[in-house]
Amino acid sequence: MTSTRKDTAAAIAANRFGLGARPGELPAVAHDPQDWLVRQLKGSPPVLTGDGLKPSAETLAKVIELRKEVAEERRAKKKDGSNDDAALVATALKLPAVYRPVYLDEAYARFAHSIATERPFLERLTQFWTNHFAVSIDKVVVLGLAGAMEREAIRPRVTGHFTDLLLAVEKHPAMLLYLDNQASIGPNSKAARFVGRRGNGRKAGINENLAREILELHTLGVDGGYTQSDVSTFAQAISGWSIGGQDNRKLARLGIDNGTPGEFHFREVFHEPGTRRLLGKTYSDDGLRQGEAILRDLALRRETARHVSTKLARHFIADDPPPAVVERMTHAWLESKAHLPTVYRALIESPEAWEHTFGKFKTPADYIHSSYRALGIPLRDQRRSLQAFEALGQRNFMPGSPAGWPDTSPDWDGSSGLLKRVAWADVVAQRMGDARNARDLAPQLLGATLSDETAKAIGRAESGSQALTLLLASPEFMRR
Amino acid sequence: MNQNYSRRSFIGTSLFAGASTFMASRLALANASTDSRFVFVMLRGALDGLSAVPPVGDPEYSSLRGQIALAKSGEGAALPLEGPFGLHPALKFLHASYAAKELAVLHAIASPYRERSHFDAQNVLESGDPRPHGSTSGWINRALTALPAGKAREAGVALGANVPLAMRGPAEVASWSPTKIAALDEATLARITDLYARDPLLSQRLADALASDAIANEAQTAADAESQDTAMAMTGTKPDSVVERDAKEKRNYNARYAETARAAAGFLKRDDGPRVAMFDTTGWDTHANEGGAQGQLALRLRGLDAAMAALKETLGPVWRHTVVLVATEFGRTAAINGTRGTDHGTGAAAFLLGGAVAGGRVLADWPGLARASLLDSRDLKPTRDLRTVMKGVLRDHLDVPAAALDGQVFPDSAGVRPMNDLIRG
Repeated sequence: MTSTRKDTAAAIAANRFGLGARPGELPAVAHDPQDWLVRQLKGSPPVLTGDGLKPSAETLAKVIELRKEVAEERRAKKKDGSNDDAALVATALKLPAVYRPVYLDEAYARFAHSIATERPFLERLTQFWTNHFAVSIDKVVVLGLAGAMEREAIRPRVTGHFTDLLLAVEKHPAMLLYLDNQASIGPNSKAARFVGRRGNGRKAGINENLAREILELHTLGVDGGYTQSDVSTFAQAISGWSIGGQDNRKLARLGIDNGTPGEFHFREVFHEPGTRRLLGKTYSDDGLRQGEAILRDLALRRETARHVSTKLARHFIADDPPPAVVERMTHAWLESKAHLPTVYRALIESPEAWEHTFGKFKTPADYIHSSYRALGIPLRDQRRSLQAFEALGQRNFMPGSPAGWPDTSPDWDGSSGLLKRVAWADVVAQRMGDARNARDLAPQLLGATLSDETAKAIGRAESGSQALTLLLASPEFMRR
Repeated sequence: MNQNYSRRSFIGTSLFAGASTFMASRLALANASTDSRFVFVMLRGALDGLSAVPPVGDPEYSSLRGQIALAKSGEGAALPLEGPFGLHPALKFLHASYAAKELAVLHAIASPYRERSHFDAQNVLESGDPRPHGSTSGWINRALTALPAGKAREAGVALGANVPLAMRGPAEVASWSPTKIAALDEATLARITDLYARDPLLSQRLADALASDAIANEAQTAADAESQDTAMAMTGTKPDSVVERDAKEKRNYNARYAETARAAAGFLKRDDGPRVAMFDTTGWDTHANEGGAQGQLALRLRGLDAAMAALKETLGPVWRHTVVLVATEFGRTAAINGTRGTDHGTGAAAFLLGGAVAGGRVLADWPGLARASLLDSRDLKPTRDLRTVMKGVLRDHLDVPAAALDGQVFPDSAGVRPMNDLIRG
């Protein structure tokens, strides 16, 4: 490689595959840009640290306790005939009071890590997976759990096998609650028969939400060759995948295991018994292991390999990723039995990944992270620091749907979004003022991808902060 | 960041007067030769049509719906419409519009999509192409490009930070949403405009954004102050404290969507503004604890109803020329599920609202809810293609040439005839 090409490749490694270059970083990257990425995959992934981070089970156990209290109150009120609206309001207010500080701690710790990490490629991958397995805090029940799901289920497995990642995520309380599986009850399960005998009119039943999204979004993809009947069959197989400690007084009275509060719990009494046939394979009546076996098989199917490889390539390279790259990644997936670093290597060893084309318009989160890294902006208090994500339209852990944030340029390059970005850039530039020199910074951040026009505009700026605004607003900093 | 920032501090300066002299935006240049306005409101997540427009007179309805069924009479009863139909009690403004013959209710209706993925279904609803991901532009945008010369609408506006698929395409469409970031000074903005001169996408986007903000500023100042007051009254907090808003988010739906609707109206009521607007709402995916007359869905329906009322109020005399289509990607299962909600279904309900609508009617070829009448024994069977309504509105309200409808706007849809008589004569 010539030195100019290495310089370009270094900027691409740091900006397209990382979270944005930091001043002084590119020369070391330029030594061997591909190897700089590969090295980040080695060794165990970093553990997030920060004030207030705690296990999801602890948070959830607290919430379950709260709900029991409220339910008790409600029962008491029902007995003396008073209206139970007050109890409902109390639940509505107590839950966020427990959750909100947890959410802020999680989002802040992740933000701090994103701007400080020496392994930005690994962090991008982590956040890719969090978005692939999206939960969204507009469903209040996951507000205090979404960040913990990333730390507990995703981070430790980003450089392992997809199978393990998949199993960990689908069993995480945040996912079970987000897609309503915790209360999915097989019509022939012990619990359903018990409820039926009591004849209190409450019908127990299957909720197929999680099963559908696993097939459509997490594994095979919507064109992955499954049918509505496969969705129903799979939903039966994972009925009983629930959470311990929930308020089930009737079952408790029967002495049935209620699990550890806030942790994954296989409720055998909710599980629909029977062998199942899915996508040409038979799964024996094996309780928890039935659903696990299906997930293991799904992880290794060609449709899954292709679907997820396409998403990865789209995320890093271009809205319409080069078919050859996707093909190589799919092959690597199947050959390595879904060993993720092997798949990542197939991506970064593809020459198409290194073309100097700016195939992607940054997402707001990309833009914020890279700006903080570029200017070395110090973090302030939680609320003020996190407001940027809200203001630019990508609040942490709130993609709004199980499909996650959209991942193509037209999803993000709207006129209003652009103006907000430019206005925000100006605010942070003014905050940094003369503490940074844009003329020195620009080549350090963008390397050989810095255009003459941008360099010229920065050079002619009327003030230091205006020069910084122009740097952050430049077409090459908006893209990656 | 300045803690007291507001939209007004961002746009309420002389900046945009100056800016407009060098902004080449096409947005404000839309030709005003027709008065017709069109708004598309998309409900993402699949609205439960059987709760929004409950067929309370259908013999199967209450047993299928169990504890979330709405009553025919008494407290929390459905508001009466013709035939077996009622409206959810949260939809009070819509019910009054029905009485005023400004609302047509559509039922057992669906896009051509027959699977049950939200994301593919939304894609079909927005692209207008029967195949998911068959097109990267949207039916509204392509309809804008098909308008005859002299009636050309060069622009629409999407209320949001970015442009949703239905509005993407060759016709220039801006996006607009209230910003909470302090203003750029004019000199810096001029330099950024220069810097973007060689970047066609960014320069067009920036120009559109500035033009939209100028329009919004002019038309919205009063309405904005009013809605911020409402938001404050409802939540007891300053609207700025966004990160703390989570707990109140759900109760804020009313204020949030009403604010969006007012902003849309601010654009549409101008003689030189866009004639077409779109905004979307989320949170309709009621798999668990959907509720009946009260509860989760009722809350969202109230928000939608308030937004429609705000739209009418802000449009003022322009309401007379307005058609609003409210639609969702598909319906939900006929029966309640095991978690007191409903799962992905097929046949849905939709609304056509506005002063230009020939309303006061329920337009449905009702298939009934008996098990044998359901699609796959689980979903309300669709008996009308939503595109017939879209085509009828585009042809009779926006004067899109009929020839463009069957291919350019809705690919491969020659067999789907536009519905007649949707628009007041």
